[in-house]
Amino acid sequence: MSTGTTTTSPPGDDVAPHGSTGSRATRILGVLTLVGSALVVWLAFIATPADRVQGESVRLLYLHVPSVTVAYLACGITFVASAMWLWKRSEWWDIVGSSAAEIASVFTAVTLLTGMVWGQATWGTAWEWDPRLTSTLFLFLLLVGYQALRAAAPDRDARARRSAVVGLLLIPNIVVVNRSVEWWRSLHQDATLFRTDLDFRIEGLMLFTWMFATVVGLVLLAWLLIHRFRVGWLANRAEERRLDDAVAARRAEGGVPPVVDLAPTAAPTTGSGTGGDA
Amino acid sequence: MVADALTVAAKDLRLEWRTRVGLGQVLPFAVLVLVLFGFALDPDRGVLDAATPGLFWVTVLFVAVLATQRAYATESAEGVRDALRLTSLAPAGVFLGKALAVAVQLVVAELVLGVGVVVLYGADPAGWALLVGTALPATAGIAAAGSLYGVLAVGLRVRETIVPLLVLPVLAPVLLAATRAFEAALDGTPADGWPWAGLLTLFAVAYLVAGAGLYGVLLEES
Amino acid sequence: MAPDISLRQVVAVLGGFPALAGVDLEVAPGELVALVGPNGAGKSTVLRLCAGLVTVASGEALVLGVDVARAPRAVRSRVGLLGPSGGLYEDLTAADNLRFFARASRLDPAAVAAAAAHFGVTGRLAGTRVGLLSTGQRRRVALAALVARRPRLWLLDEPHAGLDAEGRDLLDDVLAGAVAAGATVVVASHDLDRTGALGCRHVRLAGGAVVGADTSSTAATSDTPPPAAPHGVDATADRPSGGGARGR
Repeated sequence: MSTGTTTTSPPGDDVAPHGSTGSRATRILGVLTLVGSALVVWLAFIATPADRVQGESVRLLYLHVPSVTVAYLACGITFVASAMWLWKRSEWWDIVGSSAAEIASVFTAVTLLTGMVWGQATWGTAWEWDPRLTSTLFLFLLLVGYQALRAAAPDRDARARRSAVVGLLLIPNIVVVNRSVEWWRSLHQDATLFRTDLDFRIEGLMLFTWMFATVVGLVLLAWLLIHRFRVGWLANRAEERRLDDAVAARRAEGGVPPVVDLAPTAAPTTGSGTGGDA
Repeated sequence: MVADALTVAAKDLRLEWRTRVGLGQVLPFAVLVLVLFGFALDPDRGVLDAATPGLFWVTVLFVAVLATQRAYATESAEGVRDALRLTSLAPAGVFLGKALAVAVQLVVAELVLGVGVVVLYGADPAGWALLVGTALPATAGIAAAGSLYGVLAVGLRVRETIVPLLVLPVLAPVLLAATRAFEAALDGTPADGWPWAGLLTLFAVAYLVAGAGLYGVLLEES
Repeated sequence: MAPDISLRQVVAVLGGFPALAGVDLEVAPGELVALVGPNGAGKSTVLRLCAGLVTVASGEALVLGVDVARAPRAVRSRVGLLGPSGGLYEDLTAADNLRFFARASRLDPAAVAAAAAHFGVTGRLAGTRVGLLSTGQRRRVALAALVARRPRLWLLDEPHAGLDAEGRDLLDDVLAGAVAAGATVVVASHDLDRTGALGCRHVRLAGGAVVGADTSSTAATSDTPPPAAPHGVDATADRPSGGGARGR
């Protein structure tokens, strides 16, 4: 696991040639996202009609559902990246996994918030213990834990190791939570089911808007992921640079005798002397 | 691997016995939590009765967090960690041993809490087979997950607060299943509860296997 | 014969701090080497790295033929490390500790018992909690645990500190015996008289790197003149043997 710590050229140049993490690829993606988002907004608020049952609040779903999709997809990326790190032990996978997790937590938060607003608007309750919403809440908690763990780990190897283990278990844990909550709620045959799973019939322009919003969400995910990855990569390179400097400083310190102020106040005690007579 | 597990478990339990922290601090804490819940919910006696299984298992989770913190606190000194890493203990064995020691402590706590719940909340124990059939896999699962996430926190500065944050969301399904099973037992409808016990068994097996597999990765570092 | 330890420009980072900033060290089989230098120079880290417990950030580190950077675990069972804190469970008795580590390291119980007896860890001492023992007594227990492993490479961090005169002599005998039996011993110490008397080759460390070495055990090489303060100073030169001054 030796990593070279000597660099001749600024380490991030290949990643950030102009001092930013942008590149041709991200600019294309960024433009697509912007244009796509504008289209989605137009479609969501203007072009599509309100739903017969839900009224205007259906428009929120054009944000809510893509958020969920992106969040879970990002978690899937973290899962794969964690597994790959455990196999290959390469820094690349560690940064992919942690970037994806970070993005996932943002989208999960958006999902939860929009879900709650939608629920309040449609059904009058901001929260119901249905499997989907509860699983998403738990995903959020797990992701917060993942990030707290990363923040607390002192060095890169320890951090990568722990993140990989926790990242690997994110998806399995959510599956367990989902199944148990589903089972639990299915035992209660009462009628109030929180319909975030969109069993209602949507078709035509609304369906298109929904799918298009999802596609835009995926493009946004790609854009964010690339940028976040590069930031992470640069951060690691900067850390290596700092370490090189610290190593050099440490070597320099070695030649200087330490300055110790002793000012003894009493006659020296023999205490534990250096042993017998030589 | 099994021998290593027993060696580690014996050492952990002997440590626990010699310091009596489990006995002197954690168990009283558990009973205290029960009492506090009683204060909070007692005025409406019906609520307390209905909530008893849930409160029992929430308290067990608190005890579990403390127990796993303890299990790793004894080895947080660098000298001891180094010495352990120099032994030939198989990581999977160390994991199983730690989980076993935590499980034993949890079982003791559950027995005490069971008595506490009967005495303080006036619970009427019934459906013994289901109660035991639930408690054993639930305990195994809690101990396994706790030991895995506990070792993640070794070497971190904020060890005390990060373990609960990591492990409690993971253990929420255990809480759910164990509570439903206990409710079924106490309600006299054990048939409803056995499926939950089955789920708990799956969870326990899954985490024992996952822990045994992943522990080595976490122990390798400096 | 290939050296037992071969470190080339080894850099090691602990918690973001470069504990070792390019160490070069070679120890031949059967040698007796003393690492000396000021506190914080990296002596403990070198020992721990040779035990396969520290991640190698860069450089080449071969210990007993094992590339410690890639496969640290392979070397761990063949070394014995005596850390400054002893590495024992404070709340268990000495006997409990020895029994646990014996089983954990798959040692022969008879060998462990013999080692314990040799260091006087018997009877009441054995049945006392380690936390209640004095530093010297703890050191004896830790030494017994190390000796029982019969390692090829002995790594001792300040082993003489805290021992009484009898203990020190005992330790010196054990070290000499180990070397005679073919083991390699590396000691980190401030006690230059002891290490000189033992016949150690001294290697001086400062700032995470090796800054000086002597070829004969009593040579007094000095890189910089010692500071004027009379005692307790982190000396940057070997004190001439024969004085009673502490090297600390």
